[in-house]
This record gives sequence, C-alpha cells and structure tokens, in this order.
Amino acid sequence: MNDSHYCPHTPEEISEMLAAIGVSSVEELFAPIPAELRAKPLTIPAGMSEFETFARMQAIAGENTQGMTNYIGGGFYDHIIPSAIDHLSGRAEFYTAYTPYQPECSQGTLQALFEYQTAICRLTGLGVSNASLYDGGTACAEAAMMALRVTGRNKIVVDASVNPFSRQVLKTYLFNLDVEIVEIAPVNGALDRAGLAAVLDETVAALLVQNPNFFGTIDDFTDLAQQVHTLGGLLIASVYPVSLGILKSPGEMGVDIAVGDGQSLGNPLSFGGPSFGFIAAKKSLIRNMPGRIVGETVDRNGKRGFVLTLQAREQHIKRHKATSNICSNQGLCALRGLIFLSLVGKQGLADMAVLNRDKAEYAKARLAAIPGVKVLQSAPTFNEFTISLPKPAAALVEGMLKEGITAGVPLCDFYEGLENALVVTVTEKRSKKEIDHFATLLEAALCN
Amino acid sequence: MQLIYEKSIPGRRGVKLPASDVPSAAALPAHLLRAETAGLAEVSELDLVRHFTNLSRRNFSVDTNFYPLGSCTMKYNAKVLENSAALFAPFHPMTALLPGGEEFCQGTLGMLHDLGLLLADITGMDEVTTQPLAGAHGEMTGILLVAAYHAARGNKAKKKYVVVPDSSHGTNPASAAIAGYEIITVPTAPYGDMDLELFKKAMTDEVAAVMMTCPNTLGLFNPHIKEISDIAHSHDALMYYDGANLNAIMGKVKPGDVGFDVIHVNLHKTFGTPHGGGGPGSGPVGVKKALIPFLPQPRIIKDGQGLFQLESKRPGSIGRTANFFGNFGVMAKAYAYIIMLGREGLVRASEQAVLNANYIKERLKPYYDLPYDMTCMHECVFSASKQLAHGVHAIDIAKFLIDRGYHPPTVYFPMIVKEAIMIEPTETESKGTMDAFIEVMIEAAQMAETNPQALHDAPLTMPISRLDETKAAREQNVCCMA
Repeated sequence: MNDSHYCPHTPEEISEMLAAIGVSSVEELFAPIPAELRAKPLTIPAGMSEFETFARMQAIAGENTQGMTNYIGGGFYDHIIPSAIDHLSGRAEFYTAYTPYQPECSQGTLQALFEYQTAICRLTGLGVSNASLYDGGTACAEAAMMALRVTGRNKIVVDASVNPFSRQVLKTYLFNLDVEIVEIAPVNGALDRAGLAAVLDETVAALLVQNPNFFGTIDDFTDLAQQVHTLGGLLIASVYPVSLGILKSPGEMGVDIAVGDGQSLGNPLSFGGPSFGFIAAKKSLIRNMPGRIVGETVDRNGKRGFVLTLQAREQHIKRHKATSNICSNQGLCALRGLIFLSLVGKQGLADMAVLNRDKAEYAKARLAAIPGVKVLQSAPTFNEFTISLPKPAAALVEGMLKEGITAGVPLCDFYEGLENALVVTVTEKRSKKEIDHFATLLEAALCN
Repeated sequence: MQLIYEKSIPGRRGVKLPASDVPSAAALPAHLLRAETAGLAEVSELDLVRHFTNLSRRNFSVDTNFYPLGSCTMKYNAKVLENSAALFAPFHPMTALLPGGEEFCQGTLGMLHDLGLLLADITGMDEVTTQPLAGAHGEMTGILLVAAYHAARGNKAKKKYVVVPDSSHGTNPASAAIAGYEIITVPTAPYGDMDLELFKKAMTDEVAAVMMTCPNTLGLFNPHIKEISDIAHSHDALMYYDGANLNAIMGKVKPGDVGFDVIHVNLHKTFGTPHGGGGPGSGPVGVKKALIPFLPQPRIIKDGQGLFQLESKRPGSIGRTANFFGNFGVMAKAYAYIIMLGREGLVRASEQAVLNANYIKERLKPYYDLPYDMTCMHECVFSASKQLAHGVHAIDIAKFLIDRGYHPPTVYFPMIVKEAIMIEPTETESKGTMDAFIEVMIEAAQMAETNPQALHDAPLTMPISRLDETKAAREQNVCCMA
C-alpha cells in the first residue's frame, strides 16, 4: 500500500529492497525492539490531503482575532517587512539546507552569515558577533554565562528595567547553578544608578542593563561601563536593533557584550517566533563566545571562502566543557535580519529610527494631553514610553482589545506599585490617523 | 563572490520608508546618539535580490540535492507547511499576555495545546511544553525539570551526576552542565549499545538522570532499555530521552512506555519542518505526571468552557525558558505535518526511513567497514577504515560526493567510530535516488584503491576548493569592519 507522496516507494520497489536486505517484511526490521515494549496504536486522527490540511490551518488562524492595531512591544515589534525578504529567505537553497558543515557546498549560507556577523558588529560597534542565538531572552542568559566564565565570579547584577521575560529566562537558566542574581528596581522608569552603585563590587561578574529599557527610556551607559570595569566585571547591554539607527552604540559606551532580539529586523511577529537572538562582544572575548561563528579564509587556490571556525568552543567537540549547549542557531531568521538591514541600508535604518521616534513623540503628546494621563519618565524615550493613567491599566487594556486595539503593556504584572502604568509602543506602521483614533478612544474610556 | 558591503555605493537605497505624517520630534541630547550611522550596505533592491539569489545558488539543499546527513533527518519539507506557517505571521505574542487577551488568541493557543496532545501520544508522555526553541534548548529545559524534581524532594545536594553513553550527542553533556551536573560517561560495548555492566557500576543514588538517545547515534535500538530504566529508577534517577532519532520509531515504541520520564523532540527533524541553514528549530519537551508541576510557564490549559487560557503563577515551575511561546511558526508547520500524515502516515514514515537505511547499509557493506553489523533503525554508520589503508579519509570521500552532487553524510560522528560515515537517507527519498548514491559511494571506494589522489583533490566542481580552516581559526576574521 502506498498512498503517500512523501514516501515514494512502489510495492515492487519495497520488495526489491527487502530482498536486497534479506528480510521478508519491513516489520522484521523492527525486531530489535522487544515485543513487550511495542507501542499500542497511535490515537491521533487519520491523515488528510494537503488541501484539507491547509483548510484546517486556515480555520485555526481564523480563530484568532484578525487586524489588531498594535501599540504593544515588549521585545517583539510590529515593523514593516519589505517583500524581497520573504522571496529571498523563501529560496529553498537557503531554507532546506542545514548547518554548513561542508563549506564547499554551503558558501551561500556561510557568506550570508559572515555578512550578518558584519552587520551586527557594525550596528553594535563591537568586534565579534556569532551566527545568532535563539531569541533575546536566551541571548541575555548566554551573555551572563559568558561573563561568569570570563571573570570566574558568580554574581550577576541586573537592572530590573530589563525586559521582565528576559530576566525570567536568565533566572531559569541559572537556577541550578551556584550563581547569585541581584536585581535593582528602577526609579521613575529609569535605571537606579545609586542603587546599582551600592551593590557593584569586586564579586560581580556582570551588570545587565537594557537600552531602551522596558519602560522605553533611553540611557547612556558609558559611566556604568567605567564603573564595572574598574571592579573587574563586564557590562552586558540588551539593545533594540532598530533604535541603533540613531542611538549611541554599545561599543561607543564601552559595553563588553551586547545582546538583543532580532525579530524587529524583518521577521514576522508569528505569535512569538521564530526570531533570532544576537550577541556581539569585544574581540578579546571571542574564545568565550557561545554558538557558531563563521570566519574568512582561503581555499587551495588562494580564493576567499568562509567556514565555521573556532569550533573547539562548541558542544560537538568540547561536550560538557563547551561554552554553551547550543547546537542549532536561528540561521534563516538571521538571514532575514541581514536582508532587512541591507535593504533598509545605512541611511534607511537611521531614517526608520527617526520615524519611529517621531511617531511615538506625537502619540506621547496626544496621550499626555488627555486629562489625568501623565508620562511616567522624565528621560527621553525612543518608540515606547510609559504613561500613568487615572485608573488601573489592566481594565483599560482589556476594554480596548474589544475595539481592535492592543493599547499597550500594563506594568502591574511586572512591577509593584505601577497598577496604573501602561507602556505604549508606536512604530513606523502607525499612521497619524490611527494614533488620533487611539487617543480619542483612550480618552473616552478614561471618562467612563 | 563579493560581499554585499563591497557592492555598496554611498547614497544608494533598497527600500522606501512610509512618509512621515507627524511633526519632527525635538532632537535627542547628543550624548545619547551614535557618532556615525552604522555602516550597513547601500544597495538597490535589484542589487540585493541578485546578490542573495546568487548566494543561494552556492548551497546544496534538500530541494536540490540528496542530503543524507546522519543524525539530522533531512527529509523533504512539504511546501504546504510553508504556506500554513505564513497564516500566523501577523499575530503579536504579547496580545495573549494582556489582561483578557487569551480570548483573542484562541486559534494559536489552541494549536499549541493540540500539538502538545499529539506529541504526547507519539512519545507516550503525559504533558508537553512547546516553549523550548531547539533540540539542545529542550535538553536543557528537560534537565532543569529533572533538577527541579530532585530539589522539590529535598535531594538537590545529593544529586550530582548525569550519566550519558559515549555515543551521545555533545549537546547532552553540555546541557546537563548548564543545569549544574557533573557528567559520567559510559563506554559503548562491542554490541553497539551502552555497556550494561559498566552502566550498573556507574549508577549510584547520586545520579540525577540518565540521558539516552534510542535508537542511539549508531542507529541501533537498545534492547535493554527497559532494564536500564528500571536500574535508573531504583536509584531515584530519571530517564531522559533525546528525541533526535524519533523518526525511527513513531508508532512502533513510545519512549514513555519503556521508562523514560522526560523527552525532547526535534520538530525540524522528525516532523518535517525545514532546517533553515542551521535553524530555526523547535524542541518541545514532554514529561511524565510527576514532572508536570515543574513545567515552564506560561502553561496553556483548556478550561471548563473549552477555552484556552494561560496559567502563569505556579510556584513549582522552572519559569520561562524563552520569552514567549516557543518558535510558533515552526510548530505550525509541524502541526500541519502531523495532521496531514495522520497516524498511518507517521508510522509509514518511520517504517520507510528504517527500510531505506537498511537498504543502503546492506548495499554498501561489501565496500565499507561496518563496525556494528546488525539491523539498524533510521541510519547506519560505516567507517572509512578500509579506505584509510590507502591514505583516504572519510573527509576525502565526503568531498568526492560533493563533486557528484550529493551532500555528504555526517563524518567523524559518532566519535566512537574511527573515520565515521553516518548515513541517514530518510523516508522521503526514492529507491532511484539511493541507488544512484550507492553507485557513487562504490565508485569512491574503488577510487580509494586506484586513484586516491583524485579523492584528495576533490571537490573540483564547486565555486571554491577545500578551505584552510587553520588560517580561519588563527586569523579570526569574523566580520568585515567598515
């Protein structure tokens, strides 16, 4: 019997193959599995055609509310995705290949990853980038573990205005290790320098900060880098890549390791993934980097080519002494990130960052003009800002969902005493008309 | 080929941004701004499309070449899976995490929940979390669950070790190390499985878990697996199943039935989602009942009204392993794959994967040394030791295959086989494709005797010849600075 086009053999071919093997049935090949261990039949439903499968998937997608207007971020951002990205990353030579273990027949992936690493280095102002990690949160955890290895210390200090999900991931990664995580609460949506100074000492492996932070506040960490370095520790900064179109780069601040989530660079929201995490560091830290790294070299004829390099750091060689357990990366998503950055380009990324900030500043002024609404932070913001409402944000957000608007991320689940605070995100995709409509609805909701 | 940066012309642009319809904001203070714009490429859309299209042509891929890369399950990726995942592109994950937000995400939450049930059936587990982002991430999650289980029973200090066979994937010990465990490695016996007597000696009450791949990386199913599980459990150690080789056994044996307590599955291997040149993968983790309280959160549950809700405040949970719900797009593809193949299709996939591997094994056995000569499951591992007598290494045979249009099998893994050549054809390859591959492998074996230099010179048909890896590692040119 053969009714599946994904298993191509005809009954005759199967007979020929069984004869070549010297068995009489396929079942005989499963003889190594003791009879008493054999499974009861699967209970999952019978299969279906491709047409029916796609219809089922359409029905599932249809059970989500369509066409929401987004004012939410929290690590994933609703940005433009130029059409060329889907077409190029949709080339099967890219997406049906695997890890470029054989460089001669994988130069497409390898050169693209080298170009990706270059883009990340230039964006962050640092000397080495790997070929991508899983996401922004796991990149924070990998950076922290890297700092533990580099310094031989066992304490990480975290500014609590770093994305709460990323902080939770960090805690999960480290919970069974002998590592102390100290969190310092932010003040008015900004990092508490005095609070940090009080806990930074010569036992701290790294300080983890974020720019812009979860409240949307922009900072310059140059002073913190100096402070941490004096104590022999490292500074890790999580950054939002689109903001680096204009904001001071981690390298310029003296940051040792920069990480972030690359979703905003040409990857769809896709209910949370796949995206990619990026990690870049000072060149001197290269041997402690996790994950794959592509390097330039030459072939036997002196021609330039690219290979996976410094593999002695990795799990398939070093096993339990590896710099990380990571094996796969998010190659295709990183490729999308590279294509996005190359298409938008040098001036385009700066223009896009300015456009994001202009839209957000317009929205900020419109919302702050509503009676009872105040902007929480006094410091500058990028494309997210925090407002404090005259009533709890959670109920308001729930009400706005019914209007087809995700009004922002309420901070009540993440920070004590901020029940009325709402983080609002405005990207280049939001029009003035949409923002005006949002402000009108918000005002009406607050008057009720 | 030039780098995209070498094709840049200052002032050229590839995309037009939406025009601004709002006033310009006041400038930011200078100390917050970068001194110079980042040195990204400056190319037109056509420049860029041509660049990446031509780059793509420098890759072998499943759609262009037979790709029998052992341990990676490079099966054909059905096109409908791509179309299916694209349906979910617009959904922001944060929507589900807003107050009352689940109601607006019933499709996506429901699909994740259902995928968990399907995987639980296939693996014999009681509950599945879809959060882990790849196989190794699933391993780490699984071992953290083991750690949480022992800690909850007051045994955190007592449990110090994780036992792995020496044939295991490198990710196994590396993942266990992140969870704070020391590693005990048990050698492989001449019969191809972990040495049972040495395993018994290694087991003490200080062992937290035993991590096994079954079938193992030699492609062999361990007939003593139940006995191993029983011994582990007698020491209060949990059994971890590395699902990398699940493609061999769907519907034939369920890891949960033979004593495994935790499993990760690689959706990008067994469940037909593409490998993306190195990712994204997806590594859901299934557990037995005793471990459910520790699963990552948010956990997706179905309430009394049949609505899918997020449960985020369980005290025992290990917390988040990823920022959102896992690689949703990959899971949408795997879900479509499973419902399309259905129970019979999955079983047939495993049967024909095993048939294909045994066919290649038998056909090549006269030409290559087969260190563990027995019925294999989904992959077979040869050694190039016969060819080594003529100075030809596994890598030379690999490079020769490239010239003939085949992606090489995995070479030099598992490490316990000298000059290993690990072949995993998968179920989606036709007999004709395999026959042609077998002929080329036979030709390589003959050339090793008659003209070894030709193998050393390969490949000759690619854009580049063999690369100087030492130079790459020494010079560390890992980016092109502006």
